[in-house]
Amino acid sequence: MPEKLPVIRLAHITKRYGGVVALRDVEFSVLLGEVHGLVGENGSGKSTLVKIATGVVQPEEGEIFIEGQKISRLTPYLAFKRGIHVVHQDLSLFPNLSVAENIFAHEYIERNRSFVVWQDMERRALEVLGRLGVELDPREIVGRLSFADQQLVAICRAIASSAKLIILDEPTSSLTFREVQRLFGFIRELKAQGIAFVFISHRLDEVLEISDVVTVLRDGVNIGTFPKGELTKARLSFLMTGREITTESLVADLPEAREILRVERLTRRGEYADVSFTLHQGEILGLIGPRGSGRTEVALTIFGLRPPDSGKIFLEGKEVVFRSNRDAIRHGIGYVPENRLLQGLVLDQPVADNITVTILGELVSRFGFLHPSRKIAVAERAIRDFGIKAPAADAPVRSLSGGNQQKVVLSRWILTAPKILILDTPTHGVDVAAKESIYEMALGLARERGISILFISDEEHEVLKVCHRILVMREGRIVREYRPSEVTEEALRQEIVG
Amino acid sequence: MKRPRGRRETQSLVLAAVVVFLLVLLGVLTRGRLLAPDSLQSIAFQLPLLGILTLAQMTPMLTGGIDLSIIATANLCGVVAAIAMTRGNVPPLGAMVFGLAMALSFGVFKGLLIAWVSVPAIIATLGFMIFIRGVSLVLTKGYVIAGFPGSFLFLGNGTLFGIPMPFVVFFLCAVFLFVLLARTRFGTYVYLLGSNPVATLFAGVNNGLVLFVTYLLSSFLAGVAGLVMIARFNAAQADYGEYYLLLTVLACVLGGVDPAGGFGRIPGVVVSVAVLQVVATGFNLLGLSSHLASALWGLILLGVIAINRMIGGVET
Amino acid sequence: MLGRVARSTEVYLVGVLLVLSVVLFLLNPKFATLENIFDVLRNNSFLGIVALGELVVLISGGIDVSFTAIATVAQYVMGVLITRYAVESVFLAFLIPIPIGIALGAFNAFLVNRTRVHPVIITISNLNVFYGLLMVISKGKWIYGFPAPFRDFARLKVLTLVSEKGVDYGLSIFTVVWFLIAVVTWLILQYLPIGRKVYALGGNSEAARRAGFDIFRIQLFVYCYIGFLSGLAGFVHAELNQMIQPNAIVGRELDVLAAAILGGASVFGGAGSPLGVVLGVLFIAFVKNGLILMKASAYWHQVIMGFIIVLAATLSAYQQNLERKRRKGV
Repeated sequence: MPEKLPVIRLAHITKRYGGVVALRDVEFSVLLGEVHGLVGENGSGKSTLVKIATGVVQPEEGEIFIEGQKISRLTPYLAFKRGIHVVHQDLSLFPNLSVAENIFAHEYIERNRSFVVWQDMERRALEVLGRLGVELDPREIVGRLSFADQQLVAICRAIASSAKLIILDEPTSSLTFREVQRLFGFIRELKAQGIAFVFISHRLDEVLEISDVVTVLRDGVNIGTFPKGELTKARLSFLMTGREITTESLVADLPEAREILRVERLTRRGEYADVSFTLHQGEILGLIGPRGSGRTEVALTIFGLRPPDSGKIFLEGKEVVFRSNRDAIRHGIGYVPENRLLQGLVLDQPVADNITVTILGELVSRFGFLHPSRKIAVAERAIRDFGIKAPAADAPVRSLSGGNQQKVVLSRWILTAPKILILDTPTHGVDVAAKESIYEMALGLARERGISILFISDEEHEVLKVCHRILVMREGRIVREYRPSEVTEEALRQEIVG
Repeated sequence: MKRPRGRRETQSLVLAAVVVFLLVLLGVLTRGRLLAPDSLQSIAFQLPLLGILTLAQMTPMLTGGIDLSIIATANLCGVVAAIAMTRGNVPPLGAMVFGLAMALSFGVFKGLLIAWVSVPAIIATLGFMIFIRGVSLVLTKGYVIAGFPGSFLFLGNGTLFGIPMPFVVFFLCAVFLFVLLARTRFGTYVYLLGSNPVATLFAGVNNGLVLFVTYLLSSFLAGVAGLVMIARFNAAQADYGEYYLLLTVLACVLGGVDPAGGFGRIPGVVVSVAVLQVVATGFNLLGLSSHLASALWGLILLGVIAINRMIGGVET
Repeated sequence: MLGRVARSTEVYLVGVLLVLSVVLFLLNPKFATLENIFDVLRNNSFLGIVALGELVVLISGGIDVSFTAIATVAQYVMGVLITRYAVESVFLAFLIPIPIGIALGAFNAFLVNRTRVHPVIITISNLNVFYGLLMVISKGKWIYGFPAPFRDFARLKVLTLVSEKGVDYGLSIFTVVWFLIAVVTWLILQYLPIGRKVYALGGNSEAARRAGFDIFRIQLFVYCYIGFLSGLAGFVHAELNQMIQPNAIVGRELDVLAAAILGGASVFGGAGSPLGVVLGVLFIAFVKNGLILMKASAYWHQVIMGFIIVLAATLSAYQQNLERKRRKGV
């Protein structure tokens, strides 16, 4: 049996961004027909590695070989031509074009001179879609599809362009269990045809299920590449973080406390249905489920941004109707958004502005004037109190690391002295140390200030650690409620995937 | 806690160098006439018009938008005030109120459409520009309205402690806008919204209200400019000064306003207005036709943009 | 066929156009005569041609307000050459404005791409530069007295009829050129890869970049296309008026933008169709014609036009708001 040739080999890759070393002497190879898992905490260098492999950025040191041939300077187009493809998390689709066109968009580069034959394109699209077992109208405008369907289109696109290596970046966060299994089936089939995959995910079980080997990155260093057989989930976490992760709960059982928030039979067509639960004072209530299960949608409704079609919301026993999130904020609700960069932060503006934006009304003087020094003073206090590492209170918030940026968003809400704080996947894209810090902040807020927290997450170990109670959401409904002591991580995951 | 010198500071320094170069060049070409007392006097009277209009353009640009209707609004305000004073025999103060009220009414509609219907500012203000110009034309039937009472003309030609009145008005407007932008909540909201309106929405900022007030502001300041203008020329017409539009954009961009929104301060804009006015007076002294002047303005704006980009390198 | 969104806009426009036609007919029966319609079509072919170019730029996510200056420069150079050298061949004259338009368009594209500044600012600046320089060099002089072949060409008709007064009228060749270009534009946008890339760029510029599309090439194409059409339209304009007045075209940028947006093009890019733009131009043309037939004063024209643009933009924004609420991802 001839030795398998690496589709791509990155050798002694070092990449620096300013003073920060993103990758240090990293060696990474993917063999033909192999499914190669890539795991690592955020900030470990995964995305940089992908960018180098696809020619988007150039390394300071190191070499790249594709199918044994050294490439002196890899560009995105060259990578594409040599069969290196990536399906990004944001999918990179054209929302105004059809499914068929998105699948075959690359052909517009190669076949520049020929005419577009629509029937032919649509027929071939149906073929590709059929191989995935997906029923989509190739003429449908992509922007109208659900996220899950769009992701499938993106994967079809990679498949349709004769990829030799397809890098999947967090592909399953929006897929249902069935769709994940279908995707895996297809990966296995393509693998048999000699296509290689890099499977990047935080879902360690899925990584272990589908991968042949797994590479672990930590702090820009390749910790090692291990065959599946040698790995367990626990071992992987340990390798990724360098610490044992405990899923022991950090919270004590809560004595019966008064009701702060009650939602009854909230329904919003296409997003969630019949959602009811109660949140007590000082409680941390976990809401777990994959993206698209309705968890963020429910949060946005409670925050006043998306009115429900039916159902009621009660705050401290009184019914409330929010016409906007400003109403909700006035009633003491705060929301730390899912997408920190887009929805949470104004990246180019100072840290001080980002922190004080929610309480500017309190900082004005008698005549309505607001001196910048007041913003800075408050911000500096917040920086101290919450352990935010920032070069200066007036530095643009872009200059902070992910974890510190998240703390900026958190502190802006804490300053409003809320009764309820909704944290929507607050540890996404945050390094390990900051994650722990955020857990502690949340616990402290609940314990010492009596703030009730709705903690949305898609990581089982997190909710088991930090929450008093856990609600599982699936396909728009709440399907089960647990106390952390009643359930194992494994069982919880089973409940989530259904 | 001092920040390292950023890209924007470097851009300002280079721009300052370009400005100095331009001024020296013009000074030489006009053989020093540029700095003669009557030139300076003329600059002091003309600058405020460009200045107030530029201030009007500033806030929309800070939010990442633009207001193409400010000249038309200025003219309309002037026309309405003029008609009130000449045909209606309304005292100047009342006439000014009428004019500003008209400007603000259109500002209300503008603001509504941009803030809450989310019509892109370019198109909305473009449409209003034509519409408002049309209204002025209907009111004036194409004629120039002239002959205002002396008390009103003081606004455009008198002096206060030796300082020309238009300049006083400009100064007051600049201070007003400065306080608004740098010392109130509204100002902070404007900069944040201009940089990332999604984040401000989530943070509970009333985006619609901020945008609405922004276009009310631009309409109001445009109206003020219109009043100063007709007081200075003792005449009102429907379509004066249309070439000023590019100049207001240029003045803002030169003054450090980022057309994409989120950046730009009053001092920078005031300085750039002064520079532009001196350059414009220089063009005048050199006898350049208005067409050549506008071509040169276009080239200068492109040049400034090119320099900014070269320094900027990777854009955000 | 694709573009269900666009299709709904066009159907809606056809409906509005029919209603408008009926209203105008009732207000003044002279509106609905073939003679009047042919006339309107002829007079608006200039607008129609440039609007198609603007459509392409808008679809790509850009915008161009310098095309009036480009058309003016292109037609002026042609005018100078044909009068000074007594050029007899209309065809030869026709060839002059085209490369000029393309060259100026390329200049736009180059600046838009290299400076990454919003095309509105770049093209406003270039409008001033092109037009200002032309006025300085030409001193605003009019050009008239074209050689005879040009007059004859302007009278060319496809399909001639005789009116009651014995006057010839018919479908002007310029209208045919306009519709031909509409068809060509449609073919390019629908069937050529470059056309699809224009839509793609407008739909998601980041995705286009990642997909390896040559962004500069696409921008070069769109700005040169409108440059090309501006040059061509400059020729048409000169022919229609049998003279060249340098300040005649500049100032009408907004009519074109309004027509494009009415026709379904979005300021944000990614949407719009040639059919929609043709309907948009017809809508504006009919309104203007109606105003003239009703003998409304010229000043009211501006008011009505401005109002229509605002209305068109509002409806367009409304429709996009609904679209945005329907979309779930990307």
